[in-house]
Amino acid sequence: MDLVVLVAIQVLYAIASLALISVGLAIIFGMMRVINLAHGEFLMLGGYAAIVATSNGMSIWLAMLVVAPIVVGIIGVIVERTIIRFLYGRMIDTMLATWGLSLFLVGLTTAMFGNTTVGISAPLGSFQIGAYRTSVYTLFVIAVATGVLAGIYAVMRWTRLGLLARGTMQNANMAAALGVNPPRVYAITFGVGAALSGLAGAVLAPVSGVFPTIGVAYVAKSFITVIGGGAAILSGTASASVLFGTINQIATFATTPVFGEVALLAAAIVLIRLLPQGITGRFFRRGL
Amino acid sequence: MNDRALNVIGLALVGVVGAAFLILTPRFAELDAVLELTVFMIMAILALSLALVWGYGGILCFGQSAFFGLGAYTYAIAMFNIGESTGPLLLAIGLPAAFAALLGYFMFYGRISDVYLGVITLTVTLILFNSVNSTAGPEFHIGVARLGGFNGIPGIPPLNIPGNKAAPVDLEGMFYLATASLLATYFGLRWLLASRFGRIIVGIRENERRAELLGYDPRVYKLATFTVGGALAGFAGCLFANWGAFVSPTIFGLAQSAQIIIWVIVGGRGTLIGPIVGCIGIQWLTTALGANQPSGSDWMTNLMANAPFILGIILVAFVLLVPRGLVPTLGDIGHWLLRLRARPAAPSLKPKQAEEG
Amino acid sequence: MKLNRRSFLQSTAGAAAASTLSFPAWAEDPIGVASVHDLSGGLDIYGKPMVDALTLAVEEANAAGGLLGRQIKLINYDTQSNMQLYTQFAQQAALKDKVAVVHGGITSASREVIRPVLDRFKTLYFYNTQYEGGVCDRNQFDTGVTPAQTVEKLVPYAMKKWGKKVYVVAADYNYGQITSQWVKKYVLENGGEVPSIDFFPLDVTNFGPTISKIQAAKPDFVWSALVGGAHISFYRQWAAAGMRKSIPMASTTFAVGNEHIVLSPDECNGMLICYNYFQDLKNPTNAAFVSSFQKRFGADYPNITELAMGTYQGFRLWAEAVKKASSVDRLKVIEALETGISIDAPSGKVTIDPPTHHCVLDVHIAEVNNKKLNVLEDFPQQKPADTAAVCNLIKNPNDNQQYVIKI
Repeated sequence: MDLVVLVAIQVLYAIASLALISVGLAIIFGMMRVINLAHGEFLMLGGYAAIVATSNGMSIWLAMLVVAPIVVGIIGVIVERTIIRFLYGRMIDTMLATWGLSLFLVGLTTAMFGNTTVGISAPLGSFQIGAYRTSVYTLFVIAVATGVLAGIYAVMRWTRLGLLARGTMQNANMAAALGVNPPRVYAITFGVGAALSGLAGAVLAPVSGVFPTIGVAYVAKSFITVIGGGAAILSGTASASVLFGTINQIATFATTPVFGEVALLAAAIVLIRLLPQGITGRFFRRGL
Repeated sequence: MNDRALNVIGLALVGVVGAAFLILTPRFAELDAVLELTVFMIMAILALSLALVWGYGGILCFGQSAFFGLGAYTYAIAMFNIGESTGPLLLAIGLPAAFAALLGYFMFYGRISDVYLGVITLTVTLILFNSVNSTAGPEFHIGVARLGGFNGIPGIPPLNIPGNKAAPVDLEGMFYLATASLLATYFGLRWLLASRFGRIIVGIRENERRAELLGYDPRVYKLATFTVGGALAGFAGCLFANWGAFVSPTIFGLAQSAQIIIWVIVGGRGTLIGPIVGCIGIQWLTTALGANQPSGSDWMTNLMANAPFILGIILVAFVLLVPRGLVPTLGDIGHWLLRLRARPAAPSLKPKQAEEG
Repeated sequence: MKLNRRSFLQSTAGAAAASTLSFPAWAEDPIGVASVHDLSGGLDIYGKPMVDALTLAVEEANAAGGLLGRQIKLINYDTQSNMQLYTQFAQQAALKDKVAVVHGGITSASREVIRPVLDRFKTLYFYNTQYEGGVCDRNQFDTGVTPAQTVEKLVPYAMKKWGKKVYVVAADYNYGQITSQWVKKYVLENGGEVPSIDFFPLDVTNFGPTISKIQAAKPDFVWSALVGGAHISFYRQWAAAGMRKSIPMASTTFAVGNEHIVLSPDECNGMLICYNYFQDLKNPTNAAFVSSFQKRFGADYPNITELAMGTYQGFRLWAEAVKKASSVDRLKVIEALETGISIDAPSGKVTIDPPTHHCVLDVHIAEVNNKKLNVLEDFPQQKPADTAAVCNLIKNPNDNQQYVIKI
């Protein structure tokens, strides 16, 4: 019984972390068709922002939940204004540019922080489930992921910004004709996507650690999750995370982490073969 | 001067320069330069394989490294088991081609297109990476060849003269082989693209629906293109395993797959010479940045010597300044210069005449 | 391999150059020493300290007047964590720079890439990293520790302290696989048991399921042979699950990548480790070394690692042999090294073991305590017994392979 509870928590955690690392990319790709290969580095920068803030005496919660998203969000807006805005409608070129950006950021972080950065450890301690112990922080990550998804839903559904964003996403020309300023919506969108990535990177920093090249560990997985989810940003990311996270973690429990990883990837292939437009190409079509 | 004449001149130029390069390099260059050029030539074949699949076939393949790596691993494993290189060479081409055909069937007959192709191919190469990477234990072997996991397979025997195990190809021979193979691949692809088949795949790239309505089955043509691309990448992998006598799972990794795409974008999609130039240029840059590092300096000096950092800046600047890729942009400049010269000589050129070429 | 025209010309030219080195006209040329390490990409965490140590060693030697009256020129290559560049830079170092010796390689994979290249082009090679043991090649010297030198000491020490049931987690590659077999062997020899050995590829960061499996197995302690930046998250998640205080840990890989500084004291205090070198070793040579190292690279330098010291000692051994041979000629230097040359190094006395080309050296067990490594016990002059079981280069100088040692 205690094992069942433990596995359930671990599966939820896998889903939550997958959703967290993917949601920023989903917004940027889903709304702007920009393949952001520097996505992993945005996560990495979020981790560093949180570390720098805590080592300067700030509370860890403030550092993770406020400082990291703001810092990375600002970096995102700068990147959009200086590079990405010249490349709209040129999906392949965004790939090359963001790959270059990712190398640039890794080099810069290595030079600035060195490669031996003191990390932050997970707060909140641990609790007992029968014969097992696990960290309270796991539950916190699950809560943050739920909060982020709920927040995006609320913004998209009930605010003017959400309406504009949805409109621009569906038909940029029509939105422009109706008086929306697409460049501004794009800049804000990119900034929000980056900020969410920064948040994710900071929240996962106490679990996975932070070093300049950690981005590669994230980028492929989040890209696969986003594409597997399909066109709808929110329901797509959520459903793909549930599917892949569950498969990954259960396979890991039953066998080894390698097999868990391979099972996730194989599931993605089968999924795209069966549903060539991703999950939300078939299901939850009216979702956000 | 019309386009066909330009085309012939271009081909002749590539032929002459290529042949001169092939014959003269080992005579005049130092051995280390010859060895380095050998690997550049091999990688250029890999770049050509994606130039065909993506640049002409319109198939966004993010996992060309899967076939490259399969070729290298197949050659290594077969070589340890067989010992004479003819069979391993053929296997290193045939197996990736068969795998590409299988994967292509799975994708194209499932009507998967666009960015979804990119994700599936990327996923496939990552699966290969993860699987091969976890074969470090002694229980993972094929015949007498241990897969080696993360450490890879060292000490791979070189190719030999077909049928004669005792006559391995030496270092210069390897250069001749790689360069001649690159030239053969280039001209072979030129021929293929000029043929009926080539025109149809470009037609499908431009407008799949229209090609279908004209009676061509895009699935068959895409499958064929993808398979040829897989075979070429496998061949390049076989040569690569020869050059370094070594192969490891990073050959399947994200960095390697992205690199091939970067060569093609930098050189220019929809050309063959472009990806070759892009590949050699980027490879040369990476090597040059890694050599002669400062040691024990302050962080600014270290940053300026950090290879990924500099390469990153160059790539971003490149996308913004040379958006169509090196060779098409140079071509544009060339055309523009030609027109500039032609204009005063033939001021009465009618539009109709201009279209005839 | 057929000797073709060019390689023949190259090798004779090299020999000619070597034989003319003693002429006064050549005496002003600096001696080339190549460094081939990862200074960017995922492995730079290990490579940077190694290159720093090599830089210091070269600068010290030059300040003392160089070798044989010539200055030493360090040619520094960054392989960017990319295997292809290991081949290319090894070729360049041997053929273009024509260096006297190459120091380099971090993973065993990179060593196996460099080794054949330098064998073929007759350039002396020093591999300065702790590794799984078994390389037997007259052209190569290995200054790092192997499992028989450290694991053999740490296993009984930890078992005496904590108990007999040992759960092993290891990185899934050659080093992790082989080291964990040594651990198992010594645990069984000391009357203990190993319920499970789990392997993790180097990019795994999710250890939740593993930690649950370990909890279910209830071992007396955990042995970690985990390696690299991603694996640091194991210690984090272990501590976050509240396990550090109930099940202790021992390792021969922890702290090589400065894990004890990256992690907070709460996440790793009390862990036992075993190496050749610790920055806190109390002896006059080390005190002098640490002070000049910090003078050169700053007092805030995080930690002088085991691998950095291996590289420093590797260079010093080579320099000693050059002095003894009065030449940088490859064969003469190898012969000088094979006399069993030894130096008084910061880690203690380090001697080349002629039959294996590995080192006889001191090892120490230490405990992690508040970002420091406190030495608990010393084991002087440990022989590379594992490699010695399979390799004798004095009897078989033409041997050239990496043995898989039967355990």
